[in-house]
This record gives sequence, structure tokens and C-alpha cells, in this order.
Amino acid sequence: MYQFDYHRAQTVAEAAELLAANDENTLLAGGQTLIPTLKQRLAMPAKLIDIGNIADLNFIKAEGDAITIGAATKHADVAASPDVAKHLPALAHLAAHIGDPAVRNRGTIGGSLANNDPAADYPAAALGLDAKIHTNKRLIDADPYFTGMFETALEDDEIITEVTFPHPEKAAYVKFPNPASRYAMVGVFVAKTPIDIRVAVTGAGANGVFRVKEMEDALSSNWSPDAVTGIKVPEDDLLSDLHGAADYRSHLISVMAGRAVAATM
Amino acid sequence: MKFGVGQPMTRVEDDRLITGHGRYTDDVSLPDQAYAVLVRSPYAHAKLGQVDTSEAKNAEGVLGVYTIADLDAAGFGEVPNVAYAMVKNRDGSPMYKTTRPILARDRVRFAGEPVAVVVATSEALARDAAELVMPDYDELPVVVDTEAAASSDAPVIWEECGSNVVYDWEWGDEAAAQEAKAKAAHVTKVELINNRIVVNAMEPRAALGAYDAAEDKYTLYSGSQGVHGMRSRVAACVGLPEEKLRVISDDVGGGFGMKTFVYNEYPIVLYAAKQLGRPVKWTGDRSESFLSDTQGRDHVTSAELALDAGGKILGVDVRTTANLGAYQSQFAAFIPTLAPRGMHAGVYQVPALYNRVKAVMTNTVPVDAYRGAGRPEASYVIERLMDAAARELGMGPDELRRRNFIPASEMPYKNKPSLPFDSGDFDRNLTDALANSDFADFEARRSAAASRGKLAGIGLAYYVERTAAGMTEFARLEVDSENDMVHVYTGQQSNGQGHETVWTQYVSGRLGVDVEKIKVHAGDSEVLAGGAGTGGSKAVYMATGALGVASDTLIEKGRELAANELEAAVIDVEFRGSDGEPVFAVVGTDKRIDLFTVAKIAEGQADLGEFSADGEYDEAGNSYPNGAHVCEVEVDVDTGEFEITRYTVVDDFGTVLNPLIVAGQVHGGIVQGLGQAMGEHAVYDEDSGQLLTGSFQDYWMPRADDMPMFDFSYNEIPAVSNAMGVKGAGEAGTVGAPAAFISAMIDALKGHGVTRIDMPVTPQKLWRLIHSGARQAAE
Repeated sequence: MYQFDYHRAQTVAEAAELLAANDENTLLAGGQTLIPTLKQRLAMPAKLIDIGNIADLNFIKAEGDAITIGAATKHADVAASPDVAKHLPALAHLAAHIGDPAVRNRGTIGGSLANNDPAADYPAAALGLDAKIHTNKRLIDADPYFTGMFETALEDDEIITEVTFPHPEKAAYVKFPNPASRYAMVGVFVAKTPIDIRVAVTGAGANGVFRVKEMEDALSSNWSPDAVTGIKVPEDDLLSDLHGAADYRSHLISVMAGRAVAATM
Repeated sequence: MKFGVGQPMTRVEDDRLITGHGRYTDDVSLPDQAYAVLVRSPYAHAKLGQVDTSEAKNAEGVLGVYTIADLDAAGFGEVPNVAYAMVKNRDGSPMYKTTRPILARDRVRFAGEPVAVVVATSEALARDAAELVMPDYDELPVVVDTEAAASSDAPVIWEECGSNVVYDWEWGDEAAAQEAKAKAAHVTKVELINNRIVVNAMEPRAALGAYDAAEDKYTLYSGSQGVHGMRSRVAACVGLPEEKLRVISDDVGGGFGMKTFVYNEYPIVLYAAKQLGRPVKWTGDRSESFLSDTQGRDHVTSAELALDAGGKILGVDVRTTANLGAYQSQFAAFIPTLAPRGMHAGVYQVPALYNRVKAVMTNTVPVDAYRGAGRPEASYVIERLMDAAARELGMGPDELRRRNFIPASEMPYKNKPSLPFDSGDFDRNLTDALANSDFADFEARRSAAASRGKLAGIGLAYYVERTAAGMTEFARLEVDSENDMVHVYTGQQSNGQGHETVWTQYVSGRLGVDVEKIKVHAGDSEVLAGGAGTGGSKAVYMATGALGVASDTLIEKGRELAANELEAAVIDVEFRGSDGEPVFAVVGTDKRIDLFTVAKIAEGQADLGEFSADGEYDEAGNSYPNGAHVCEVEVDVDTGEFEITRYTVVDDFGTVLNPLIVAGQVHGGIVQGLGQAMGEHAVYDEDSGQLLTGSFQDYWMPRADDMPMFDFSYNEIPAVSNAMGVKGAGEAGTVGAPAAFISAMIDALKGHGVTRIDMPVTPQKLWRLIHSGARQAAE
């Protein structure tokens, strides 16, 4: 690690002010990506602004037909929440399978969405459920929020405060882990909400999480695994690495989509 | 509590090790200690010009920045390359020896090679300053692939050698092997790759150097596989007489062969400690483990098996190209050649055997011994051949093996070129393994799996290992009468295997002393005259051999003292230690005296001073642990994911001292063998020479949930080659597992026309094989 200053913020406003004060300042939530990055000396922030302990960011609320989760809520808390288990079991399942227990007890939903790692799980849920991402400045829909690999619509001094998920009629997430890292090599979130049907894929896209329109259309008329397993995502748009070439990932998307649909039935 | 030989005593070291009370190298700190960080080459092959250290030298906290020029000026030598002297070319000429400087001189040959060292008052400051060292690199083309390196148009890494092939070695009778093939009814040929792996010990390497100016003496703290071997080689590297160097290894978190060797960092910390007049510590991080620990395996082999019409072996012909990396590490030249000589005959009657090995240098991390060190590679070759032959002949894999086993009735077996077994009953172990694995009913399980969309397969391998011999082990027993303790000193070095338990158990069995009163010590080169260290699965018979001699001597001394005290003739005094009583007694009377009282008497005598005894043992020959592995797998047709659904092993380890520890060694060994077969792979970029699998993000390691429960049992057929009847168990699982697993995979995919699958077997590779219908291994 390079030397840096550390500041534990008490409020979102305080964190935002510090973040705006210097381009080299960085937010620290659960630190599950940032800390390893620092240890490898791949980042040199001036100041770490720790928002992990801001009480206003740590909550899970079930209100009406939606669940809202504070940005600093840890994966383990989402996985263990009775409200999430009741209304959004697919999200509880997803959270329960992120990384390992150490990661789940530190990592946060806001951190995951802000980082937008192309192999992260939460982006698939956010896009697949058409989540609303609340920040200290505005509310962003999931579709415009995810703009590319490690890229989001967040401005430099913008902080995610909470995320709202609608209760779906049906939803499931199935992932094929990278054999080495166990990050998602292909993760597919399928959901039928009162508004629409969505298929979101993480782990595989060259530009991060994405939706598969053709599968969504197919599911609209026939909610069954057979509707999606024959649909192939073009290899050109997919990542390719040692553990999963693009053609294999394309195949796995079809298989995982089918399994996700099956899991809702 | 007393535990004799053969009892499943739980490990006495575990409470300490699993509650954070171990003392590993990085746990040792000395007053005024400074910290070393290495500057490593980012290029895999480059000319090295000026190394500009001026800015780094002026950085905060920096005490010194050194390059090869400094080490040369101090008269330091090269990193040891020992085995080159043993390996000759076919024409009798010496092999080409590479010389490895402690810090790069004029050229770097792999990414990660140390170029300079920065020493500072803290590790963080040393790391900061290391980024300010500016070496001048002029990149050169690279070669990383084993076969490519041998081709005539490959970039040459050692120009003086003329090519990348540093030896062309042979063993056995080529003409006899050719003749066997010519007259054979059937010749089976396999091509295979034994993939390169990263050792990945749980504890990364570390070294702490200290220099005592008053005594002109160095101390090196470093986790090793034996302090005496480390001392002699580091001393030679630094240019010291051995008595000017003390080496200390406390707890060691895994070695697997890799921690046997002298690494660049060890002479470096000694040099810096003397220069700076303060201790200097280097602690490798995980990234450095990937880039600097010797790696394992990396063979490309073509092998043939000649059989007569009855399925009897006529000959075996094995041709291998071995990748040694950028420099020849300490034993590198030995591992593909002499280490497995004769092992390609397996447990079979083989009339003709020929083995030819070419070794190549590449722009990769040096390769050396890795758990099994040449024998797993050889076992994999012969077992793949046997499997392929059985399949081609339409014969059961068990039946072909049985027809060729050396029968128990012919032990000891001396018919060359098969191995000179001292004992063994292969048929019995195989029979048991088939029964325990329910081999006969597998087809029903295959059908059941098919109905679930899974391809099931079963595989069999019969491995043999040859454990190390020809060394001397040292031991000492000291009885402390004040605390009623027995102190055990051994030249062995635990790397986590449970040595403390087994030596305690052995000494308890000999002296009749409770295990709580026995304390095992190891890892200080000043305590004993020598030590063989751990490696080659010899620890149990070497350590107990030396402890046996020390016990005998101690008991004899005790009998004399007891006789004197009890006013009896020595011949009438017996020691009842093996009956669980640490007592000397006069036969036929109730006169007795215990061991600790005898020790007190000895302490009172000026000519004795302490009640102790030394032991040396050099009589162990090779032992031949062997056994049958049966592996069962299921492959998901849709994704290529797979699961090991059953794993059965029946071993012969001769006399077993502690069944729990042996089971642990077998489980760990199998997991390490399956690790290589299921996913471990050091992959280098062909263009840049960078290690692509340089972290656990990309380097697959086996995890507990990848593994089945193991059905392990053994038959005790005592070795006659050592005093205890032991056949070393440390490497055995690693030797047997890869062939059994690959056999199961080929069986699972046989309906898809698959006859070859190379390690590692990944879901992606299986998916390609299933969906392309390819008959060759997928990339």
C-alpha cells in the first residue's frame, strides 16, 4: 500500500463534501475490491472516506411492493434478512453466494454497484429487477445506470445511498462460477415483474452487465426454459479468457438462463 | 498417556498451529531489524543494462540498495545448481550447466527474476523505494512452451549452449525396447502433457539474516526442509565455511520439495545484514511465491507399450521433453531423469525399458522437485499406457494389470529393468480396491447418471513410489530429571506433516514415557551434527531409525547406571519401556528404578553430566509404497462441470506407525494430485512470457468442496529395507491420483470418441470435447 489518510465519515453529506474536495479522494465501503487493490499498489488515493459505518446507509426496509436496501448494507445481512427472503428470495440467494463468508461480512451492495465489476453478482439483480438507485443527488434507473465495465452513471462526487427493488412475480439467479476465482463467469438473473420481463447477464459481457432482449421477448410469450436455451448471445459482445472463451460463455448464458427460468417454476 | 506404534494418536502440534501459536519465519523478529524488498524484472527476457539506484538510495528510510556488482565485490557466488553434475548426455558428455547469479547479471531470463534489492527501515518504505530503482532493459524475444523451446527456430536463452536443449539423456536399453515393439502383437502409444504447476505452500517463503561481527558469523532464519542441507548450500553460495553459518527453521507451512532449495533471497539477506550491521528480513508475498518459488512438472511425453498376444508386456519406450525454466534450480536436472529411472516399469514385469529425456530452458520460473519429484510423472505415463492398452484390447483395466503384476510370490524381485521391490502384494491391493469401490457394479451407476444428463466414468490406476535412500539421519535423546521430561532432537524437519506426533509416539513406545513428557525439537543446525531433512517420503524410517539407535544407546547407558545403583549385574537389568513402564528392573526381583531417577544419578556423575544419547542411522534402502486408486466422476453434458463422486484407495505403506497421520498424508496427497489433474496450471503468455495465472484469481487451487470423501484403507506388508518396516506415505497420494482421475474422465467421455484428455481437466475443456466430438484434447 501507498500511504494515505483515512477518514471515517459520520454522514453522507460529510462524505460527499470530502469526496468533492479532492479528485484523489476515494470512498471506502466494504473494501472488498479497494483494499486488495491498495495492497497491490494499484491505487494511490489521497484520502479514504469510510462510509461503511454511516447508520443511515445500513438498513433493509420492506414497504409496499418494494424492498429498499441501504448502500452500506452487507451481503450477509441481505442474505439473512427475513424481508428479503419473503419478498425477493432470488436476491437473498444471490447475496448468500457472493464470494466467501469473509467477503459477505464486509462487502456492501452500494460498493458492488458503484464498482460495477463485470463479474459481480449484484449488477445482474439490479438490472434484472429494474432497481432504482438512489444517490445523494438523484434517483437513477438501472438501465441508464450501468454504462460499461467498471463504469456507471455516477458523477465523481455522487454517493449511492440506497437501492429499491420491486417485488417480482418470479425471479431467479443462477451463476456459473469462474473455476479459479469463483466470481461469476456467467450469471443470469431472470425476473417477471408487474411491469416487464427481464434477463440480465453478468460475468460475460465485454461491457459489463447487459440485458438479453431476445430472451425477454421469448419469455413474454412462453415462460419456460425451452424458450431461452436456444437463444445465443453473439460472441463478439462477450469476454474471453483462460477459463471461458467467448463461445463457451455464450453457450453458458443460454444454459444458465434456462436453469434460472426453471428455478422459478 | 502412552501411545505405542500403530496407535491413532491425534497430532500434538495442532493446538499450537491452529490457534496461531506457531512460529513461522516471519514470526521471528530481531532488534533493530531492517526490511528487504526485491526489485524484480517485469520482462521475461531482456538484456539488462545499467541499474540506476541513485534515486532509491536517497529515498526516505532507505539503508542500502544493492545489485549484482555489490555481491560480486563481496565474493558471493551463484545460486546452487547441484544436479547438473549427475546428468550426462547420451554420448557421455556433460550436460550444459546454467549459472544463476544471486541478482541478475547483464540479462534477465524470466519475469520475476530479482534485479536489485532495497533495504529500508520499514517494509513500506522499502517498497516505495523499490519503485525508484531504474533498470535499463532491452527486451528480447521469449520462448515459454516446452516443445517450442526445443525447435531450431526458438529464441535461444543460453547462447553459449547453442540451443535451448541442455541435455539429451537416456536410460535403459533402446535396442531391446525397439525389438519388443517389432515383435509385439500390439503396440499402444500415448502422447501426453504433464502440466506445469505452482507449488503454493500455505506459508510463503521468508528469510531473516543476521550477522555477528564479533564472531564473524551469520544466522539465517528461513523455513526449509532441513537446516543442514540448507546450511551447506547457502554457505557454499556465500563463500563461507559451514561453521560460520547457523540456519534455523522453526515451523514451516508447507514445502512439497520447493522449500528444499536455496533461493536468491537467502544470500541477499545475509549480505545486507553484514553490510548494514543489523538484521534484515525479507518476507515474500503471494505474488512473489508465484514468481519465485520453483514450479513443478512440465513434461511433454510420447510413450509406447509393446504387448504380446496374451497381453503381457514386452517393452516400454518413453520419450520426454522436460521444461526446466530459465535457470537450472538445485535438483532440476535430476527430477525428470535419475529420480524416476526405472519407474516407468511401474509394478509390472517389464523385460525391456527405454527412457530418453531432453531438457529445455525457457523464459519461465525455474522448475524443480514437487511432491513426488519425477515419480508421479513416470507413474502417470505407465498407467496411461496400461489404461489405453486395456481399452484398445477390449480388456478390463484390472485384468491387463493383473496379467503383468510382479506376483507377491516373487518378492523380493530382482529382474531388471523392473524395480527391485523388497516386498509387495499388488494383486491383493487391487482386489481390495475393486471390492471397496464396488467396481463391478459401476455400469448400473453409469446408467443412472445418464438418466440425470450426466456422463459417468470410472478409472483405475496402480501406482508405485520409490522413496529416498542413501542418506544419514541424526537424533538425540536427553532426559531432564528435574522436570521429568524427555527431549527429542531430530535432523528431520516438519513442514506440517505431523513429525512431532510420530516421533513422540515412537519414543513413548521405546521409553515407556507418557507423551506429555516428551518434547520434540528440530530446525537448528547447531544442535545435531547433521540431518537428512524432509523430502522423498523418508522422514519416518530415517527419524525413527536414528531415534532407535539413540534409544538403544540410552537404554544401555541406563542399564549400567541402574545396575550400579541396584547392586546387580548389568545382564540382569532389563528396561521395561516397551511395556509402557519407564523403569529399569532387576530380573526376578522387585528391585527397580525409573528412568528419571537414573538420569538424576547420571547428572551427579562428573563424566556423564547429562543423561543423553545420540543416534545415527544410514541403513535405510528405498521403500516402495504402492497401491490402487479407483476414481469415479460425473460430467454435466450441458456445461462440462464435473464432480468426483467416489474415490477409493488401498495402499501398502508397510508398517504404519500412526493410521491417522497416514490417512492425512493420503488425503492431502490425493488432493494435490487431483489439484494438478482438475485445474492447477501455470500458464505463460507465449508472446510476453508473463505468467497469466499469477494469482488465485486465475490460478485454480483445489478446495474442500471440490473433493469427495475418500475411502482409504491399507494392507501392511512390511518393508524389509528399513528397521521399522515402513514404506513412506508422504508422496504416494500425489503419485496415484492423476492417472486414476484422467482414466475416469476418458471413460466418461468414451462415447464421444475421446481417447486423450490432458491435465488439467476444466469444464471448458470437457464441454469442447463433448460438443465438438474432438478426438484430441481441446486447448
